[in-house]
Amino acid sequence: MLVIRCPWCGERAETEFNYGGEADIVRPTDAEHLSDREWGDYVFMRKNTLGLHREQWVHSHGCRRWFVAERDTRTYQFKSYEKLGAHAMEKS
Amino acid sequence: MSQSCRLPHGGRVQRSAPVRFFFNDKPYDGLAGDTLASALIANGVHFVARSWKYHRPRGIVAAGVEEPNALVQLETGAYTIPNARATEIELYEGLRATSVNARPDIEHDRMAVARYFSRFIAAGFYYKTFMWPRAWWPKYEERIRDAAGLGTVPDTLDPDRYEKTHAHCDVLIVGAGPAGLAAAVAAGRTGARVILVDNQPEPGGSLLWSTDTLGGEPAGQWIRRVTDELATMPEVCVLPRTTAFGYQDHNLVTACERLTDHLPLQQRAGVRERLWKIRARRVVLATGAHERPLVFGNNDLPGVMLASAVCTYINHYGALPGRQAVVFTNNDSGYQAALDLKRNGAQVVVVDPRTRSGSGLSMRAEQAGIRIIQQAVIEHAVGGTRVSGVRLQGHGARLPAGTESLSCDLLVMAGGWNPVIHLYAQSGGKPRWCDQRACFVPDVQVQPQISVGAANGDFSLAQALSGGVRAGIEASAQCDFADVSGKAPAAWATHASTESPILPIWSIGSGKAATRGPKQFIDYQNDVSVSDIHLAVREGYRSIEHVKRYTAMGFGTDQGKLGNINGMAVLAGVLGQSISETGTTTFRPNYTPVSFGTIAGRELGDMFDPIRKTYLYEWHVAHGAVFEDVGNWKRARHYPRPGEDMDAAVARECLAVRHSVGLLDYSTLGKIDVRGPDSVTFLNRIYPNLWDKLKPGRCRYGLMLDENGMILDDGVNLRLAEQHFLVSTTTGGAARVMSWMERWLQTEWPDLKVYLTSITDQYATATVAGPNARKVLQKVCQDINFDKEAFPFMGFKEGTIDGVFVRILRVSFSGELSYEVYMPANLGQHVWNLLMAAGEEFGITPYGTEAMHVLRAEKGFIIVGQDTDGSMTPLDLGMGGMVSKAKDCLGKRSLSRSDTASPHRKQLVGLLPSDPTCVLPEGGQILNAPSTAAIAAMQGHVTSSYMSPILQRSIALAVIKDGLNRMEQEVTIPLPDGRFAQARICSPVFYDPEGARQNVD
Amino acid sequence: MSNRYSIFSLIKNGLSHNEKWGQAWRSPEPRREYDVVIVGAGGHGLATAYYLAKVHGVRNIAVLEKGWLGGGNVARNTTIVRSNYLWDESARLYEKSMQLWEGLSQDLNYNVMFSQRGVLNLAHTLQEVRDTQRRINANRYNGVDGEWVTPEQVRDIVPIINLNTRYPVLGGSLQRRGGVARHDAVAWGFARAADALGVDLIQNCPVTNIRTKGGAVEGVDTGKGFIKAKKVAVVVAGHSSVLAEMAGIRLPIESHPLQALVSEPVKPVIHTVIMSNAVHAYISQSDKGDLVIGAGVDQYTGYGQRGSFQSIEHTVQAIVEMFPTLSRVRMNRQWGGIVDVTPDACPIVSKTDIKGLYFNCGWGTGGFKATPGSGWVFAHTIAHNEPHPLNAAFSIDRFYNGHLIDEHGAAAVAH
Repeated sequence: MLVIRCPWCGERAETEFNYGGEADIVRPTDAEHLSDREWGDYVFMRKNTLGLHREQWVHSHGCRRWFVAERDTRTYQFKSYEKLGAHAMEKS
Repeated sequence: MSQSCRLPHGGRVQRSAPVRFFFNDKPYDGLAGDTLASALIANGVHFVARSWKYHRPRGIVAAGVEEPNALVQLETGAYTIPNARATEIELYEGLRATSVNARPDIEHDRMAVARYFSRFIAAGFYYKTFMWPRAWWPKYEERIRDAAGLGTVPDTLDPDRYEKTHAHCDVLIVGAGPAGLAAAVAAGRTGARVILVDNQPEPGGSLLWSTDTLGGEPAGQWIRRVTDELATMPEVCVLPRTTAFGYQDHNLVTACERLTDHLPLQQRAGVRERLWKIRARRVVLATGAHERPLVFGNNDLPGVMLASAVCTYINHYGALPGRQAVVFTNNDSGYQAALDLKRNGAQVVVVDPRTRSGSGLSMRAEQAGIRIIQQAVIEHAVGGTRVSGVRLQGHGARLPAGTESLSCDLLVMAGGWNPVIHLYAQSGGKPRWCDQRACFVPDVQVQPQISVGAANGDFSLAQALSGGVRAGIEASAQCDFADVSGKAPAAWATHASTESPILPIWSIGSGKAATRGPKQFIDYQNDVSVSDIHLAVREGYRSIEHVKRYTAMGFGTDQGKLGNINGMAVLAGVLGQSISETGTTTFRPNYTPVSFGTIAGRELGDMFDPIRKTYLYEWHVAHGAVFEDVGNWKRARHYPRPGEDMDAAVARECLAVRHSVGLLDYSTLGKIDVRGPDSVTFLNRIYPNLWDKLKPGRCRYGLMLDENGMILDDGVNLRLAEQHFLVSTTTGGAARVMSWMERWLQTEWPDLKVYLTSITDQYATATVAGPNARKVLQKVCQDINFDKEAFPFMGFKEGTIDGVFVRILRVSFSGELSYEVYMPANLGQHVWNLLMAAGEEFGITPYGTEAMHVLRAEKGFIIVGQDTDGSMTPLDLGMGGMVSKAKDCLGKRSLSRSDTASPHRKQLVGLLPSDPTCVLPEGGQILNAPSTAAIAAMQGHVTSSYMSPILQRSIALAVIKDGLNRMEQEVTIPLPDGRFAQARICSPVFYDPEGARQNVD
Repeated sequence: MSNRYSIFSLIKNGLSHNEKWGQAWRSPEPRREYDVVIVGAGGHGLATAYYLAKVHGVRNIAVLEKGWLGGGNVARNTTIVRSNYLWDESARLYEKSMQLWEGLSQDLNYNVMFSQRGVLNLAHTLQEVRDTQRRINANRYNGVDGEWVTPEQVRDIVPIINLNTRYPVLGGSLQRRGGVARHDAVAWGFARAADALGVDLIQNCPVTNIRTKGGAVEGVDTGKGFIKAKKVAVVVAGHSSVLAEMAGIRLPIESHPLQALVSEPVKPVIHTVIMSNAVHAYISQSDKGDLVIGAGVDQYTGYGQRGSFQSIEHTVQAIVEMFPTLSRVRMNRQWGGIVDVTPDACPIVSKTDIKGLYFNCGWGTGGFKATPGSGWVFAHTIAHNEPHPLNAAFSIDRFYNGHLIDEHGAAAVAH
């Protein structure tokens, strides 16, 4: 069970959070003009990084805020957290 | 029976407290403070088990958790525990235990003959046979299964309770031997929050019977003083009988505390075991070391025992394991056992492959008159159900005359020590082989932990104490608890003794000796011998993981605590490579087995998953409702009257709605309050249809798609005000939809000013449906004009019923004139009662979800999750018109992909069975024509199917390939009994297709 | 096969102290060039090599393995074999696999201990009942056996079950031909049989790069140097995305930890495989007597072969809820694997945009049961540069044209 630091509430057990997968996927604003391939890339294709992974989490049993974390997918250690749209706060 | 091998003095057993127990149905006496194993040894019982595969006689080898042989079925009936280790069972009055792997008993084990076939059932033999004839495999397998397995699962319910504790601390110390106690005192004095867990009944570890002095103080006194001091520290928690069994991620250590198993059955009360989930900022592992057996022929005979176990039985339990002992040791620790045996009157001969070293302990042994045969090893032991002698061979020298054979009743093995690195390895650490100490030791730290004492390969008492103190101080300092000067314990001085180095010996003799001579066991429990490792390598299984899996080495309940390192070393030897190159298998939790009940805790039965009940639950119960589970909710399915079956009840409820009026508890629907200046924009992006033009006071149906274009949820939404909506969801989808909306809002559209609030639990909902619905409402609600024109379909109004605020929607899921009454949940019961009373003159009938389903199916209304399955689009439902062309929304782009846009997908249609009495099976597959072929092309399936009481015939909804183009065509539905039903494809709207009924006056 | 296994070879070798057994497989050094290089010596990779050699006559094959063969998910699963999938495409693929399972021990001359003790999938809600019956009916016309069993029949099959759980057991499906197999033996059996057909199994040989030129594959860089290959077939469950990145291919895959656990060995008490989606319990009992229990997939992605403790807790709660007399039985060991999960919970067995490069991945938690079938269709795809009809639907293209095969959306059965 991981310990995750919600940028709003502080460190909490993983059971309070839900995982949201890869971060920084931007929904296309011109979906209509995308090819099937471009659209499929957006909907389904994932980096699935081995190593440091930028990912989304939500503190579902807390403040219910989404945030972005950087986590090593090999060791599961978190490196940093950031509020959406904010600069990264280094994990101290 | 007398305790013939009980020493007259010594040990920590209570001589004044005799305990009667039964082993294999024979009565014995032991003492309070014994383990089952020590009590058996005190009674001269060594032969306690049969091995797993060869059914060889086996004895007690160890004195702790590493014991591989002495497994028993503890107790019978409700309190039974399969595979309990005799070395861990604290003796209590009336204890009953039976050996696990023998029928009818270990003396007359019918499978004992297996040992004579051992050469034909070597490692992996089962992969090479039992293949012919193919049909016989189930028979072979039945025999194999019957022979395998150890203990027996209880046949009655567990009477005990279990619970869980979450704990947080600065410093967790695992193990309360000298290193752990030293660390605890050092950390405790800094003021850090300390938890000290230890798997024994009392702290102290091997110090409990040590003759050492610490800072001039006898060991026992030191333990008392230290534990007394710990007890006075408010931030220190000491947990005895608690085994840390898992080192999880982010410094979470899981431990099991045993609270009652040491008590006689009739004295047990309260919680049996407690699961501790300890999140520690720093962990100190002071888990000690396990002694290694030596590997020689017949090293599995009863009476062959580890040196440390011999010392423990003598000094801790006052039991003498043998009177004529041969001690086989490749390091100095065997000499301690020799001295302890000798001191208690046993004859002792030491066999040591090393040359005479003159180290401390060996000199003391010589001085005590113990005969030491240097440069010799034991080739094999002899005996039946107890060791009776050994055969020696020289090791770099000739044997002294007359020492080829020695007789004995106890054969003591001291093969060196394995630090208990299990938790270190579970923390992610990779152990490193240390040639000098001939063991794996912890290396780089991955999580914030440190190993100390024997667990770190520091085997001397002085190292344990100094390492413990240092670790305690450092760990506390890392948690910002400074060592306040003068409070740190000084290093306690101990008696220093010279030691000569270990001479690792991993097996005796050549490969031929291993394969042809008496079996040299590596893993006792799984009957893995040196020859099995030779065989595995010969056959190409060269990785340690292959060898482990091919031979089953380390797969037992002891997980190879005694044997694995020997096995790896033997493998390294066979492969001609170093132990370091060979590596270890992966250490995984659990360190020792943990009851499933402990891990399950209290979250069973009604607490397995939350039970959600509506405001009317008790009313439903009182009115005879039968419930169904929908998500976490208990929903009233129907209300059978005496003598009614479900069909009759549902028909009555349906007809009441069609002919007069019914009342449905609809409170479980999800309700989300959406407000803010950008609410319309937000809903336009979430839903395929347009929300701009919906006027306040009006409702609109909405379907929600995922980005793949598939239907996610649906519901009727209200526009409460210009910037304020109430969104409804399915019962099961409420939480999912809320999270879905929040996610888009926060992650993708943070610029939108929209606020979401889940209000599912705040409002109760009652649906009043049927031609008399208006009349019922008019009786109880005077401040709303229910006239047809004033309150049109898909409108809603706010008012009061008996002073209670209500919001009433004129919407219909039944096709009848229908109103949904939303009211504050805590007043829902009151309003419901008023509605029931007002409806009495119309025969108002409560109806459940089943009738609701029939009524909506008659109208062709879908249920998301029943008529759709995550692979249906709005187009497939014939609702393509809902998808606005004027804007984008989630999932819209997916609808135009080549496959998704195909007009030949499965589409929702109605089915009218040719036989109107035949209710098609839900989930029935649809064929174009009857077929008895093994494979036939399926066109779709029946999603909903009912007997329609108002139409007096069966109806069904289905999804069928190209269904919208196949109206009026006949299809076939195979029935479970092998017959075939015919049905005609039709519109899914079976009743009142004009929609006139919701429009009655 | 000179090294043929039988009761006679067992006796003969036993009499000579088991000193004359031949090697199950060689440990060759790689040659500089192969017709086909298969990356990954797991169950699927080894099966692919075997069928390529046996069925398609390709001889010049290497299987490259970064660690020890059979060390990935084939060594870490709960060994369940069944073919009762909902959709036509899945059911037919898994049923092909089932048919191969049924003769596998004899075909490989290696007893994989395939035990057709039946698989029960329980239904706990009315919707699960509908979904289960739908699946049984669909299975009927896809040549897959299956029958509906009532709660009473469930109790007859599994006397220790508690039918009245928080979500009561309302019935279930029984596939009698389903069961379990000895997972390591499957890898070893395929390895030995492939080796006997001349396939080079090269262990401790990690692939570090996939070389392409002009849209076609050239070979792979490895820990043992560059190996040239006309065709490269990647089947590395748990690391598919890593290998795909080497070739510049995007996959719709996320890798998650999946945990499993076993009890101490006990005398036979569960004689079939029981799967319950609603309470998340999957259990069978091995021939050795261990109760083998599968946990749920951990929520986060991870390559650590370890997961979170709460997944273990939830699983054990479900087990004790459904089998309350197991409360005093003890959990011996837990472990983890890495599963590659696709959005529709169905695999990709496909050509790629790069000529001569093939991917077989995304089996999620359902890979073990597919081992022979997966190898069979992948071998066909590689040999003919065209998918077999059984795997045509399992292409990467479906994520672009929308032809998803949504098993987890619809099947009411976890994998």
